[in-house]
Amino acid sequence: MMIEINGTMTEVRADTLAGVLDELGHGDGKVATAVNETFVPAAARGQTALAPGDRVEIVAPRQGG
Amino acid sequence: MQLYGTEINSRLMLGTAQYPSPSVLAEAFRRSDAGIATVSVRREAGAERGGAAFWNLVRDLGVTLLPNTAGCHSVREAVTTAQMARELFDTNWIKLEVIGHADTLQPDPFGLVEAARILTEDGFQVYPYTTEDVVLADRLLDAGCEVLMPWGAPIGTGLGLTNIYGLRTLRAQFPDVPMVVDAGLGLPSQAAMALEMGFDAVLLNTAVAKAGDPAAMAEAFARAVEAGRLAYHADPMEPRDMAAPSTPVIGKAFLS
Repeated sequence: MMIEINGTMTEVRADTLAGVLDELGHGDGKVATAVNETFVPAAARGQTALAPGDRVEIVAPRQGG
Repeated sequence: MQLYGTEINSRLMLGTAQYPSPSVLAEAFRRSDAGIATVSVRREAGAERGGAAFWNLVRDLGVTLLPNTAGCHSVREAVTTAQMARELFDTNWIKLEVIGHADTLQPDPFGLVEAARILTEDGFQVYPYTTEDVVLADRLLDAGCEVLMPWGAPIGTGLGLTNIYGLRTLRAQFPDVPMVVDAGLGLPSQAAMALEMGFDAVLLNTAVAKAGDPAAMAEAFARAVEAGRLAYHADPMEPRDMAAPSTPVIGKAFLS
């Protein structure tokens, strides 16, 4: 299905957030996530089903002021 | 200095952005003696793993981390960003920015109060990036904030304390609230002035990161902050309009 990942429409095979993170190579990466502008804790990723058109944000620690 | 019950040994808080290299950043932090570093969250591409590299860098600085919601323009965006930052950095602290104006990066006071309330109720300890407005400060305290971070000037301008009267009024109005002058500082003398006025700390980034020698500038700010705090406690003299000789007049030789 096609979902939006960090602003880019992307074809994915997995249908859960945890599955998509694995598929994209984040696996054990230090990332946090939101789906459709709502935060999804790491522990809830496995039970978070995704639907076509969902907007997923994947963020990591970065420099800030 | 106590912030949300945590003892912080430095009155200088430093950002981690815009340094020429990671090693310059680390050296600047070493010489700044900063106790708190601000950080952010940004989009990560799968193979990039930039987040892990940066995480290792800041962890090694040995300072307390204060994640921000920089660049957020809505309450929803700021709240979600704060929640993601809490998980990533494993802290309830959040420097809350809800930006209301693109050119001045001025806070949106209405969104700021609303987001501060939501985050406080969700267990966050909020450091709101605010203006010198005393009414807004009062609302933020009502919303549960225990620290205020008034701007000196718009972010990244280096203009220093552009509204001395307003900052002095804010400081006097809430004498027991820890206050950090955040944003707009360009020179150590401006940081010293903030501390002389009774502000508890300063937070800066660009002034150090964009200096020709960031590490030297970091040390200059560290000394300025220390001098300013010392001067505040030393009870400065009152300024006056007319000159008053400092050398005794009595006993001067009479020579015509």
